[in-house]
Amino acid sequence: MPNQMTSRARVEAGLSRRKRKEKIFRASGLLATAIGILFLGIFFSTLVAKGASAFVQTYLLLDVELTAETIAPGGELDLEYADFDGLVRTALRNNFPELSGRNDRRELNRLLSVGAGFQVRDLVVANPDLIGTTQEIWVPAASNVDMLMKGNIDATVDESLRNLSDRQIRWIDTLDQAGRVDLRLNKALFTNGDSREPELAGIRGAMMGSFFMLVVTIALAFPVGVAAAIYLEEFAPKNRWSDLVEVNINNLAAVPSIVFGLLGLAVFINWMGLPRSAPLVGGLVLALLTLPVIIIASRAAIKAVPPSIREAALGLGASKMQVVFHHVMPLAMPGMLTGAIIGMSRALGESAPLLMIGMIAFIVDVPGGFTDPATALPVQIYLWADSPERAFAERTSAAIIVLLAFLLLMNLAAVILRRRMERRW
Amino acid sequence: MINKRRFSSILSVSIVGLTLSASTFAQSGRDYVYVVGSSTVYPFATVVAERFGRGSEFKTPKIESTGSGGGLKLFCDGVGVDYPDIANSSRAIKESEISTCASNGVTGIVEVKIGYDGIVIANALQSDALDLSRRDIFMALAKMVPGEKAGELIENPFVTWADVNPDLPAIKIEVLGPPPTSGTRDAFVELAMEGGCSSVAWIKDLKKSDEDRYKAICHTVREDGAFVEAGENDNLIVQKLQANPHAFGIFGFSFLDQNRESVKGASIDGVAPTFDAISDGSYPVSRPLFFYAKKAHVDVIPGLRGYLREFTSERAWGEEGYLSDRGLIPLPEDERREVAANTLKLNTLPLTSQ
Repeated sequence: MPNQMTSRARVEAGLSRRKRKEKIFRASGLLATAIGILFLGIFFSTLVAKGASAFVQTYLLLDVELTAETIAPGGELDLEYADFDGLVRTALRNNFPELSGRNDRRELNRLLSVGAGFQVRDLVVANPDLIGTTQEIWVPAASNVDMLMKGNIDATVDESLRNLSDRQIRWIDTLDQAGRVDLRLNKALFTNGDSREPELAGIRGAMMGSFFMLVVTIALAFPVGVAAAIYLEEFAPKNRWSDLVEVNINNLAAVPSIVFGLLGLAVFINWMGLPRSAPLVGGLVLALLTLPVIIIASRAAIKAVPPSIREAALGLGASKMQVVFHHVMPLAMPGMLTGAIIGMSRALGESAPLLMIGMIAFIVDVPGGFTDPATALPVQIYLWADSPERAFAERTSAAIIVLLAFLLLMNLAAVILRRRMERRW
Repeated sequence: MINKRRFSSILSVSIVGLTLSASTFAQSGRDYVYVVGSSTVYPFATVVAERFGRGSEFKTPKIESTGSGGGLKLFCDGVGVDYPDIANSSRAIKESEISTCASNGVTGIVEVKIGYDGIVIANALQSDALDLSRRDIFMALAKMVPGEKAGELIENPFVTWADVNPDLPAIKIEVLGPPPTSGTRDAFVELAMEGGCSSVAWIKDLKKSDEDRYKAICHTVREDGAFVEAGENDNLIVQKLQANPHAFGIFGFSFLDQNRESVKGASIDGVAPTFDAISDGSYPVSRPLFFYAKKAHVDVIPGLRGYLREFTSERAWGEEGYLSDRGLIPLPEDERREVAANTLKLNTLPLTSQ
């Protein structure tokens, strides 16, 4: 029949066009994904290329003579007057007997980190028997030496253009040839608090600050968020008021985080008189920030529990309360926990609200509690990125790598939790 | 329903408990020095704090970077452990701030001038060195510049540096600088731009007759793209200069000092930004840095007196002290001795008439 023929002809005429359209659509989808992966790849590779070198650090091997007269006059270890810096400097100078002038010595001493003396002190305090002996000790080198060893300072340019003199570079070469310079694992990065000496700076303080904050956040946001979700889903009457609450919660999830910081400053610090820079306040602010995320995720999880389960329980005589706590909540828990973990990982990466409540601060001592002054990982990254010393650039990248690793772990935990515990109907 | 009520009461009790215990914490004493203020002084104050913390039995002071104005505001809020002991500032305290302080009970303020900071105009190392006058800087960067006739102002017409001054190269004017919230920007505008601005006779006369207009002319930076606000991060400006050889950047001397192999500073009025030139005052764009301490807190907050002594010691702020390694330009020796003596005696600023 002519009509059928024409419609079939029409289909065939359009077929190649439709197939081409589909191909283009698929190709553009693939392209979009590829672009995304490409940028992620560039981001990660530059980060790792810049930050990887921060996980090692230049150390100098010195034969330090722990003379009793200098550190323990009268047989007793006298920490206040013991000149550990002097011991380390003498040990370094012994490698260069030809140097005598005061300026030469000053220049030579600059190869050493400020932390060198403290390291020897810690060693002696831990083991007083060493007094009077000579020990081979690896002490941290100054950050400029570290930058030279890592190739970030160009030894071939004119002396006036770099922070190490020609002589200093020659001395380092001499030490290097004697096997006294080595790149070793940078433990300080994980065991120290912040420092203005790049070679002594670590993220321990910031990690503990972030940890205490997240404890407060989860302790507050999870129960409150779950309770709110259960009430809104299971008990609240559906009327204009509950609609209004729902709209507001969804809206709150999109409020810029700095606004929560301002709120925290006004309410927790100025009105309630909580201390500035404390993880407690940071945790409270982040709890407010993650609350909507947890409520929304928990409500979705509760909604996903089939109504037949509720009806069966009610039919067997369970009260509404029992239905919720015996049946709905256990089934919705994986979804709620996933929401909580995603909320936590958002809180971990947040820095803007913390700026308002005094957590952008130089804090050396590692915080030991909820009211000790502390910073957080993202804030530490911000502070290091703004430091003039060259060696902080690689440490900034290293801190970002650590932060990303934590975020990855948390998101991975969320995925595994969902896979393991989720039930499908 | 009992269960539900119990559940919610436990919840509310725990929330109230958490906040109550927190407020009791806040009332207790503080065993570390608390410093706030300028982000320019921050890199120096932190070094002193760290050395002090390591070398003494006291805790390391906490240093918050809030900007000069924000720091002095917190400082002046009151006396007691909840308020900062010290405010760092990249400018001298204002009369209005002293009276705000006084009205909140902060009457004994010890002023400590710690040294100088130079502000440099730098470009990439491989680009040509520039010798600018302050007048060139003003003409290149102001929004309105004086026209042909005295008293006439025109929208800044200059596109290249050669338009400003035929001795300069014919490259497009492109200057990266800090935003208006920055103390570095304030100082740059006051020292470099106003310095060039007042070289025009009729504008200089305005200062006496119409100071507001004088400031509006001298302090307003052009907004047509020649001056780019590059954010507070000076490292970023240094990186951008390496990428763009025609651009200039404005930042503190310590960043120039740390990045000598990639950027160089332009001479201003014939003087290159070197340590010595800033130190003896011949480099025109430099400013003094200060911190302010609360006398009432000394001997109440553990370590505060020690921190003051450490900061004003020769090994910290002296010619060869560790702060000069970080780019702080020391005060002349006599002045250092005088400021240190005044600080240790806790001589306070005179109170203004209430």
